Amino acid sequence: MSEEKNNLENIHNIEKIYNESAEHFDVNLGGKKIHPKKVSGRFRNYKNFAWVFWIGYILLPYLRWDGQQSILFDIPKRQFHLFSITVYPQDIWMLAFLLILLAMMLFGITAIAGRVFCGYFCFQTVWTDWFVQIESWIEGNPTQRRKLDDAPWSAKKIRKKSFKYLIWILISLLTGITFAAYFTDAYQLWVDIFTLQAHLYVWVTLLAFFVGTFLFAGFMRDQVCLWLCPYARIQSVMIDKDSILPTYDVKRGEPRSKAKKGVIDSEHGDCIDCKVCVAVCPMGVDIRNSALQEGCIMCGVCIDACDDIMDKVNRPRGLIRYNSEKEIEGIDLPPVYKRPRVIIYAGISLIAIMAIVMGLLNIPPLAVTVIHERQPMYVTMSDGSIRNSYTFKILNKTPEALNVKISVEGIDGIVMKGVGEFVILKPNKMIPFSVRLEAMPDKVVDKKVPVYFTITTVDSDIKISERYENFFAKP
Amino acid sequence: MAIKNSQNQVPDTGHEWDGIRELTNPPPRWWTIAFYLSAVWVIVYLIIYPSIPLVTDHTKGVIGWTAIGEYKEAVAANDAIRKPYLDKLETMSAQDIINDPEMLNFANSSTKALFGDYCAACHGSNGQGIAGMFPVLLDDDWLYGGTVSDITTTIASGRKGNMPAHTGTLDDTQINLLTDFVIAAAAGSATQEGWDAYQAAGCFACHGADAKGNKWMGSANLTDGIWRFGSDREAVMNVIKHGVNQDGVDGTVDGVMPAFGDRLSTNDIKLLTVKVWSLGGGQSE
Repeated sequence: MSEEKNNLENIHNIEKIYNESAEHFDVNLGGKKIHPKKVSGRFRNYKNFAWVFWIGYILLPYLRWDGQQSILFDIPKRQFHLFSITVYPQDIWMLAFLLILLAMMLFGITAIAGRVFCGYFCFQTVWTDWFVQIESWIEGNPTQRRKLDDAPWSAKKIRKKSFKYLIWILISLLTGITFAAYFTDAYQLWVDIFTLQAHLYVWVTLLAFFVGTFLFAGFMRDQVCLWLCPYARIQSVMIDKDSILPTYDVKRGEPRSKAKKGVIDSEHGDCIDCKVCVAVCPMGVDIRNSALQEGCIMCGVCIDACDDIMDKVNRPRGLIRYNSEKEIEGIDLPPVYKRPRVIIYAGISLIAIMAIVMGLLNIPPLAVTVIHERQPMYVTMSDGSIRNSYTFKILNKTPEALNVKISVEGIDGIVMKGVGEFVILKPNKMIPFSVRLEAMPDKVVDKKVPVYFTITTVDSDIKISERYENFFAKP
Repeated sequence: MAIKNSQNQVPDTGHEWDGIRELTNPPPRWWTIAFYLSAVWVIVYLIIYPSIPLVTDHTKGVIGWTAIGEYKEAVAANDAIRKPYLDKLETMSAQDIINDPEMLNFANSSTKALFGDYCAACHGSNGQGIAGMFPVLLDDDWLYGGTVSDITTTIASGRKGNMPAHTGTLDDTQINLLTDFVIAAAAGSATQEGWDAYQAAGCFACHGADAKGNKWMGSANLTDGIWRFGSDREAVMNVIKHGVNQDGVDGTVDGVMPAFGDRLSTNDIKLLTVKVWSLGGGQSE
């Protein structure tokens, strides 16, 4: 009895569902503004988790670590600080592996679940989410927003709009300042900005990010994903028959028909054509047309919305659900770890992770380059010995001055000149110096023989003893 | 599935080529806005920067930016970095600079252009010289000495070698004998006969009794094999026969180091002295 009553109540509520308008377009050609309805549910909550990560992006530069900014890309000094690790351009090969790792993670995730990066994590999605949320706080629900947009200018409209833009501007400014903060001292940056003393680069970066955020998240929204993002194109081609995508269950839903008061229609499918799935879509996509649409960023809010409606009309959830093309055809999806693409992507990712970890654990404290003077290759001295000249470039990557001893071996009676017994390497600096080797020609067995320089630290906690090969030439 | 905004519903111009219709649907609004903004930017740019060439001049732009101005600023910034070093250089002698590693480093790196302009044409970009013609600056063999003051004098006042021609005073046998002696002396295997000929011809007057040369007059050390005008037999014989820098003698070898005292400032000469000294053969006083 009570179940039947509930059912009736729910069907009364359906009226309300239809009363809220929902527009429909496949591709927003730029003439329309999409006002997505707010939704709550499982996937919406996942999206919220993802944006919390971006709060970290805003706060991270203000963290201190070992007495300096936790993350600082110091371009003038060519040093990249990541917590206790300092990376120099000489170690930038790790960046290649980082990019490989990010690409592979993306490919893998796309192969598994389609464009979920776009739907959950992408800054365009996240910032747009924030902007839409602010818009709905100030201007109300989508219907009210559309009305306000169409209404003639009034004091109220101006007040609401300008208040909205003000908050958008503040967020955009914060975004720009945050980005700049990764490249300079974050606290000093605020001082510089408010005293108008900041460097031109800061202003340019700030302006670019400010304008970009304001326009892209505030006005262009879905059109950035559709028209501007090169990345959307790449990601779309990673999807295969195994990828799970938000899919409308056509067999269950069709033929769709409007739900009527108190009537449970057995001839029609479960879709009551309420268009809520369209109304909530930030991209204006009608998921019922096809699972694979260029606009679909696979964020799953249509699933939340539809599940909500199914609950209201007392039908099972999952009319729209994450489903792969294979599953639709009735084929079982192999487990994720048995799919070749996933295995390959995971394998490459693993190699990249190992390379990065190995690289970070073994950053050499010195970057040494020894260049043999080529013009001339050798000089004959008045005592008949042969001299070769070398230029040493040693970058001391440690924060303290190092006292190093340079020795040479490889030829009997070889003599090193040009450097004293010890060389002092200033911290974080590279000053080239010249070293000369002299040997009697009869001790040099060939026109070109290998010689080995050994660089050893002296009286230091940092123990380094590295050998570098070069050659010695004679006439 | 219903597809709205499909091509079939969009108005066309009536033009059709091989089944491809020319549509009249407008570009997205954001695109149109961006297009007009670019046009606005062109005008803004024209106003801000120098842009329109006129008959004798060009428009200056409201912020007064010019490429040459930017260049001059960069030069001034560079000069500001160099200034403390240059000020220090003024008060230091060449020897002081050599004794100060930081100043030595500055002098060596800042002398690259100076060396390239005034020295490299003969002595090579790295001081490697040209075999048989111009001396190597990298070895420790100096005709006129390799101390700081010797090098300063050489650069400032120049050098002109002088070795008389011997074709008139010696016969071919003697010249052959002397040539053999000089080559043997460099290899350390000179015979008594050779030494006798060396004495008899009077070579010792300039090259010394031990044939080790004389820095004071720039005569070559005959006991090492590093010779400016070449070390093969023919080159050695040619120098003995026709001499060096002999007026009116056919086949004489020219070897003049020009004086730079009038052309370069004291500071530049000081810097070049440091450079040449530290090329590898510099000697202590």
